[in-house]
Parts: sequence; C-alpha cells; structure tokens
Amino acid sequence: MERIPILRMGNCLIVAIQVDMHDRLAIALQDDLTERIVKDKAKGVLIDISALDVVDSFIGRMISNTAAMATVLDAETVVVGMQPSVAITLVELGLTLSGVSTALNVEKGMALLQQRRR
Amino acid sequence: MMHVGDVTETLAAEVGLRSDEEIVRLRQIVRDHAIAQGFSLVDQTKFVTAASELARNTLQYGGGGDARLSKLTNGVRVGLRLRFVDRGPGIADIERALRDGFTSGGGLGLGLGGARRLCDEFEIQSEPGKGTVVSITKWKLR
Ligand SMILES: Nc1ncnc2c1ncn2[C@@H]1O[C@H](COP(=O)(O)OP(=O)(O)OP(=O)(O)O)[C@@H](O)[C@H]1O
Ligand SMILES: [Mg+2]
Repeated sequence: MERIPILRMGNCLIVAIQVDMHDRLAIALQDDLTERIVKDKAKGVLIDISALDVVDSFIGRMISNTAAMATVLDAETVVVGMQPSVAITLVELGLTLSGVSTALNVEKGMALLQQRRR
Repeated sequence: MMHVGDVTETLAAEVGLRSDEEIVRLRQIVRDHAIAQGFSLVDQTKFVTAASELARNTLQYGGGGDARLSKLTNGVRVGLRLRFVDRGPGIADIERALRDGFTSGGGLGLGLGGARRLCDEFEIQSEPGKGTVVSITKWKLR
C-alpha cells in the first residue's frame, strides 16, 4: 500500500495530505504519525489539509485521534488550510475536531507550534 | 428515464461498494456530476460528504452494495439523487440509528443524521434480514 510521506522540520513533523485518502490509508497515516512522534521525539505535528476537498467523519476522526495520541506523547497538533466549504460541511455534519488547533496556513501553523513550545 | 410527478430522473452512474477504494471512486464520480449540474462549491462538498458517509455504512454494516446516481430535472430545478442499496442485516430501529451519537460499530454515530442535514431530501427503507436502501437528493435552481 502507498503511504502518505511525513517530513521533519526541527522538532516538528509535517504532513501534507495531497490525495483523497481511502480509509486504510488514513489509518496507516495515524499509525505512522504516532510512531514518528516517538522515534523523532517530535513536539509538534502539522497536518496540511488544504488539498482536501472533502473531510468526512472517518478522516475527521483520524485527525482527532492523532491529536489525542500526540497529546499523550507530549506533542501538539495543528491542522492547517481547511477549505471554507469543508469547514461549513463539517459543522453541519456535526463533527467538532475537539482537541485540535487550527490555523489558516502552514506558516501560521508553524508559528503557533513554536509559540506554544516556549 | 423515469417520470414521477414533474420530476424526470435519468440514471447517470452505478458504482459497486465493496472496498475502501470504491468509496473514494464514488466520491470522485459524485463530485464530477455535482460540478456538471452547476452545484456551488459548498453544495458539491455537502453532497459528496453525505455520499461518503452513506457509502461507508453500506460497506461497513450492509456488507457491501451499490450506489446509483441519477440526474433530476423538475421545472426550474435540477438535482442529483443517490441511492444506496445493500442486502445486509437491515436496521431494526431506524429512529435510533438516525440519532446523532448512536453507533453499533464504534463510530461517532454522525453518518446518517449528518447525511440527512447535508441534503434536501433523505429517505431510508430497511427491513431486518433483507437490507437497507438510503436515498439522498440535492437540488439547485437553474
Ligand atoms: N446500511 C446499513 N445496514 C445496517 N445498519 C446500518 C446501515 N447504516 C447504518 N446502520 C446502523 O446505523 C448506525 C448509525 O449509523 P451512522 O452512520 O449514523 O453512525 P456510525 O456509522 O456508527 O458512525 P460514523 O458514521 O459517525 O462513523 C450504525 O452504527 C449501524 O448500526
Ligand atoms: Mg456511518
């Protein structure tokens, strides 16, 4: 199975989701991220979803789970670039990404992670 | 082609739902047709998201099935209808299944209720032991 690549910048992990993920791929990403937080001793996780034009309850749950797992491992998660149409849809769907910080873009997301770590 | 009242319904696509990948495929096909019908970006996204929720239910609880997408016209309105059909165990208590937060499979219990909110029309027929049919419709003024 293909995998979504995870990059490292300083003590942060960065993922840009560029494809419409099927469910197993989303679960694999969650597992890979959790593993990498430990292996790389990461303190921040940035997930860029600007390329996603749908986020349904499954992907939403994967994002929440990742954030919860990261918290337990003493890392913070920020989701960046959510499209307005996706945000509107998530609200109507009833999905609140609880425990997940959001930022407009990668730059602002990184700034948020740096600031929290001080 | 089918006429019910003033509504004309034309079958546009049929997609099998037997794997994760087919859910992704359905999302893409529904998106393409929503664009072709001239849906706004928000309405495209709502309809595709509802489709994704119901497709996963068909796979996860219905043991797989099919989705049938049709184009609708009704005077000044055009629309899309998507019907999910499975021959799974069915739903004994539909009202309970529709309630936000109810899940029998460790989900969030948002799929059915959410899909209903995201569309203009929502219908569900189910008989225990025989299967489930869920139909969603979204309209747009021409
Ligand atoms: N096609 C189906 N066949 C049989 N049971 C179904 C079907 N679709 C839904 N259900 C039942 O209805 C319940 C609610 O479905 P719903 O999609 O709202 O939530 P979920 O799938 O459990 O969680 P989520 O969609 O939030 O991940 C399911 O848990 C299941 O018991
Ligand atoms: Mg569901």
